Amino acid sequence: MEHVSFLPLSRFAVCGGTHGNEMSGVYMVREMQRQKADRTGSVSVTSVLSNPPAVDACRRYMETDLNRCFTDALLSGPTTDDTPYELRRGRELNAQLGPKGSREAVDLLCDIHNTTANMAVCLIFYSFDWIALHIYKYIQSKMTSAPVRALCLNEPPSEAYSLESVGKHGIAIEVGPQPTGVVRADIFNMVKEAVDLTIEWLQKFNSGSTFEGGEVEAYTPVGSVDYPRDPTTGEITAAIHPQLQDNDFKVLRPGDPVFQLFSGETVKHEGDDLYPLFVNECAYYEKKVAFKLTKKITVTLPSVGVKKD
Amino acid sequence: MSSYGSSVRVAEASRVAIFGGTHGNEMSGVTLVNLWVKNSAEIQRKRVETKPFITNPKAVEKCSRYVDTDLNRAFTPENLRYTRHTAGNVSAPAGDELPYEVQRAQEINRIFGPKGSPEAYDVVFDLHNTTSNMGCTLILESSKDHFNLQMMNYIKKAIAPASCLVLLNEHPLLKYSTSRSVAKHPVGLEVGPQPQGVLRSNIFEAMRVILKHALDFIELFNEGMEFPTCTVEVFRVLDRIDYPRDANGNIIAMVHPNLQDCDWEPLNPGDPMFQSFDGKTIRYQGLGTVFPTFINEAAYYEKQQAFVTTRREALVASAIRKV
Repeated sequence: MEHVSFLPLSRFAVCGGTHGNEMSGVYMVREMQRQKADRTGSVSVTSVLSNPPAVDACRRYMETDLNRCFTDALLSGPTTDDTPYELRRGRELNAQLGPKGSREAVDLLCDIHNTTANMAVCLIFYSFDWIALHIYKYIQSKMTSAPVRALCLNEPPSEAYSLESVGKHGIAIEVGPQPTGVVRADIFNMVKEAVDLTIEWLQKFNSGSTFEGGEVEAYTPVGSVDYPRDPTTGEITAAIHPQLQDNDFKVLRPGDPVFQLFSGETVKHEGDDLYPLFVNECAYYEKKVAFKLTKKITVTLPSVGVKKD
Repeated sequence: MSSYGSSVRVAEASRVAIFGGTHGNEMSGVTLVNLWVKNSAEIQRKRVETKPFITNPKAVEKCSRYVDTDLNRAFTPENLRYTRHTAGNVSAPAGDELPYEVQRAQEINRIFGPKGSPEAYDVVFDLHNTTSNMGCTLILESSKDHFNLQMMNYIKKAIAPASCLVLLNEHPLLKYSTSRSVAKHPVGLEVGPQPQGVLRSNIFEAMRVILKHALDFIELFNEGMEFPTCTVEVFRVLDRIDYPRDANGNIIAMVHPNLQDCDWEPLNPGDPMFQSFDGKTIRYQGLGTVFPTFINEAAYYEKQQAFVTTRREALVASAIRKV
């Protein structure tokens, strides 16, 4: 069976408050800084509050979504007086934790997010990163407090737009449901458990453990669906149907209800059997997404271990 | 209002308003009122003029709770009285411009008030959502408003076995000047849990049904129906409990998992109340059992409120009939 070796993963960064109103990450980073956590065994830990003014204002962002600022093109653009705050901040974070794609970048970057959707713990990463997938496998096997799933995004590194792509390996830890501006203890405890298990995995990895390969289930994006809207005004004319609401990761079949118009009629899913995610995520109303659609895949992982020389 | 004989006589409730968007990110009310502004057929009743109204359009536009200051705290006598000629102790930002919500409060008071006068609207329903697990809650501002008590009793019976509880906030220090307070009979309608900026179908439909029953009550009342005396269970606000904070005012603990989502359930001395970020439990130290609500409401972090405590009371509503 295939085995892949990696250099030690000794530099770990945890980011929170990339969206200033997603509170688990804000309080996680504040607590890590209060405890002055900077090293656990072989792993040095950096904690960063990504978007301080948005955190202070308890808003998702000040001028533009920070978590869309990390494509190669946006990172390398010119900085002028007109550059929006988040673009400038993205470049600062890239200098501090990256640069993206270079040898100086942190080995693993975990960015903590919350969603109003009922997604429990969802780890998000780009393409088939064996390290990220093994950490997912490990967390899923150890966490009993909530389901753990993985969303594998398709973009190539240059087009990867989110903060975790700055690290050599990156995982966004998305936990919900939690309203914006609220910190729920049960959700915080899940985030803490996921971060602690990640650090535990890194230490085991660095100390020479081999993590066996195998099969894991994951989801990959296929598309998204907007709300029904009034053709003249663009205003939303329906709510997510009660049978879809809170049923992230439950298969949608043709004919299943997806929207309930305010006038009472039902709109149904057409097309293939797919898995909905980010169902009724509040930040996506402005992005014209009522829910995202994914397909379920099985990924075969090689075993991994640290390079021994 | 005569209280001799068997019924209290109350004036016909001919002018009614439904306020949405008092907080611009509480989506059920925004959506319902926008629907009814376009087509008000659903809210028409004989002998009642019902006006749907967006109270804070700029906040709705931004999908934020408010622009300058909380509209639902802005209807104080000082704010409503303030003009350039009576500067008093209201401070206006540079340029002599009042905060947007204070201007709105004055405008709303002109249209639906003046607050406390005979010209004021009879009933105003103010639609709100909360991130707390409060279910359907009617908010009462006076234990002596027999019309409102009778309406709330009617609504509770109409939606049974589904639940609709009554929160009474008459506390001299904790009560506040709401937008609905311009009316003779102010009714707050709070439905949760729903995140800010999100529209949940079940929450939206629940609010819609409650308003239907409320308007049915008003129609029956205006037609001359007498409502016999009844007892209404209410939860009376006692106190407000803040999060534990450090010397810099930062929150150092979260609502405990055992208390989270347990609105209206008894909280006994010794029960877990908060969990610090490093995992320790902080327990409720009160003298007796209370019934907490507004547990972990997003908007109340800045108002120093993790939850409010209440006690259960049975209020007797006099029989009422229209004048």
